[in-house]
Amino acid sequence: MSWATPDDFLLSTSLATYLEKKVVVMLQDGRKLLGLLRSFDQFANVVLEGACERVIVSDIYCDVPLGLYVTRGENVVLIGELDLGKEELPHHMTSVSEADIRKAQKAEKDATDLKGTMRKRMEFLDFD
Amino acid sequence: LFFSYFKDLVGREVTVELKNDLAIRGTLHSVDQYLNIKLENTRVVDQDKYPHMLSVRNCFIRGSVVRYVQLPPEGVDIELLHDATRREARGG
Repeated sequence: MSWATPDDFLLSTSLATYLEKKVVVMLQDGRKLLGLLRSFDQFANVVLEGACERVIVSDIYCDVPLGLYVTRGENVVLIGELDLGKEELPHHMTSVSEADIRKAQKAEKDATDLKGTMRKRMEFLDFD
Repeated sequence: LFFSYFKDLVGREVTVELKNDLAIRGTLHSVDQYLNIKLENTRVVDQDKYPHMLSVRNCFIRGSVVRYVQLPPEGVDIELLHDATRREARGG
């Protein structure tokens, strides 16, 4: 990957425009990491400084601080530039401790798993 | 073929649906050979379901996670695409 000239920024999908900016990195397993984008490469491997994982379950959220993170590009779904002037979260959301959010997350996951297995059973019956 | 097709669509408003069911609307800023997409003026289609993207205005989407790219119907010259595909199929 040749180094982008200033003209290329207008047309290329280079992540260079996000360097030193606060970004949200969404991962394939559903996690969202926020942090300062320090470095990247052509595979979308990313170095985030001051990273924290924001876990959101309906009306509650929690920020888990992680420090310096190197993320492998194949797990990256999207990288979004955070606008510091805008509200990051809806006002009705409340912050809880990590233990609480993990419990809520597990409860949500169990509910969706249950829905999935029930639907499979229903589909099976429909084919009779 | 699709890389050059997307290059012609730069500047249009599109909706990108990802494999994790997230749908994002935005203006196509740029695209590359892997079909990675950069969108400007990003907004999530169903905002209440995905609150974590509220302050994201521009984003980079990895090509490998895109399920569909929904295009404005007037933006598509289907005959042109059809011809180009036939040409590619013959040549390739």
